[in-house]
Amino acid sequence: MTDQTIIPTAPQPIREVSVDDALRLAADGYRIIDVREPLEWNGGHIPGATLIPLGDVVERIEAAIPDRSTPLLVHCAAGARSGRAVARIQALGYTNAVSMRGTTGEWRRLGGAWEAPEPLLTPEQQRRYSRQLLIPEIGQKGQRRLLDAKVLIIGAGGLGSPAALYLAASGIGTIGLVDDDVVDESNLQRQVLHTADRVGVPKTESARMTLNALNPQTTIVEHRERLSGDNVERLIARYDVIIDGTDNFDTRYVLNDAAVKLRKPVVHGSIYRWDGQVTSFVPFAGPCYRCMYPTQPPEELAPSCAVAGVLGVLPGIVGLLQADEVFKLLLGVGETLAGRLLMFDAMTTTFDEVKVWRDPECPACGEHSPYLEAAAPAAQATVAAR
Amino acid sequence: MSSVRIPPVLRDSTDGQRTVSASGATVAQILEDLFDRYPALRARVTEDGELSQFVNVYVNDRDVRYRDGLDTEVGPDDTVILLPAMAGGVR
Repeated sequence: MTDQTIIPTAPQPIREVSVDDALRLAADGYRIIDVREPLEWNGGHIPGATLIPLGDVVERIEAAIPDRSTPLLVHCAAGARSGRAVARIQALGYTNAVSMRGTTGEWRRLGGAWEAPEPLLTPEQQRRYSRQLLIPEIGQKGQRRLLDAKVLIIGAGGLGSPAALYLAASGIGTIGLVDDDVVDESNLQRQVLHTADRVGVPKTESARMTLNALNPQTTIVEHRERLSGDNVERLIARYDVIIDGTDNFDTRYVLNDAAVKLRKPVVHGSIYRWDGQVTSFVPFAGPCYRCMYPTQPPEELAPSCAVAGVLGVLPGIVGLLQADEVFKLLLGVGETLAGRLLMFDAMTTTFDEVKVWRDPECPACGEHSPYLEAAAPAAQATVAAR
Repeated sequence: MSSVRIPPVLRDSTDGQRTVSASGATVAQILEDLFDRYPALRARVTEDGELSQFVNVYVNDRDVRYRDGLDTEVGPDDTVILLPAMAGGVR
């Protein structure tokens, strides 16, 4: 046999086997060589097989299989490339290589072992999110993460509108909306989720219509209720990140304490006329709302937009800064606003920031926190702690 | 003179001014100078001579609670920021 490999004579006929026989040979211990391309391999392959694309076979077979008498089962998608591969490696002196004539689909149907990675994205998703997939920090894996993510937005109003629109557009898989209000004409100046013909419609329903028109693949969950101490834990428990766009201190403190307890990052936004503030509270990794303001101020310190007024574009800007935080928290990239309070002045178009420290005496997340033991480890699974 | 940023909810106490100048070498002195000119601010920012727990004071980007409180030094080029809790979202 070895003589044939040294003397360049007519090519030796290649040995082909049926898929049935291939299964038996694999069970007998034949080494499996997959000569398809890496992209095909990534879509699924025989466990234990060695990937050597046909174009590389001549260069790489010796390093992979030094012993030329090793029994080899070579396969591709249907049997054409593997036939050529066997011819080439026989020419190199391999004496015991066979080509599987048949498809990998048949292999699987006949019970052959197969290992397929979780499908990351469908072709439709590849097209829809192509501009995001090009970003190195996102890519297929990051996009998959966004598609699997669940974001809860408290308030389908001024801050929630821009945040929800961009989160849905970019493929966040599930968006929950907490709001018990109906669309009012005076909302339309800034709450761009809603439209003039939906005045009187529940805000969560109006929001769902807009968001699903933009991205039918996003699951919109309507929570038509007002956040309170009674429902807060139930509402936030199944979400990865919370966007806080509420309008009163009661809700902010109720949300903060529950979020610390359940280890849910909260992206905080607040606005007043021409001024906006944004920060992220990542429980036990950064400060919480009570680290900044330990006790709830009297309501007269917090006039609502209905009393004080607000420039329509301001919640647009602040809500999108909140959405930006959500992406970083979900993807675990960049620098979030945890520990920094960003202040935006729309009148002078300036951004400033101050540092926010974790307060060791904080009643919610300090050294004597009542929530230190209450950690739900799975709660933060999809969010990179910072 | 240091400059002091007045947050929107306190601007009715400063004739609508967003930034005012004040003199003093510590936060306490700066605030006293402010209160002389804008007396209505005193009750909004302090409580029994101490900083109100609802208003944070920063020198540049540092919270004075984590420095020397009212005794925190303020240089002429520093900016003092008064920052009460801001509840407003929009429903």
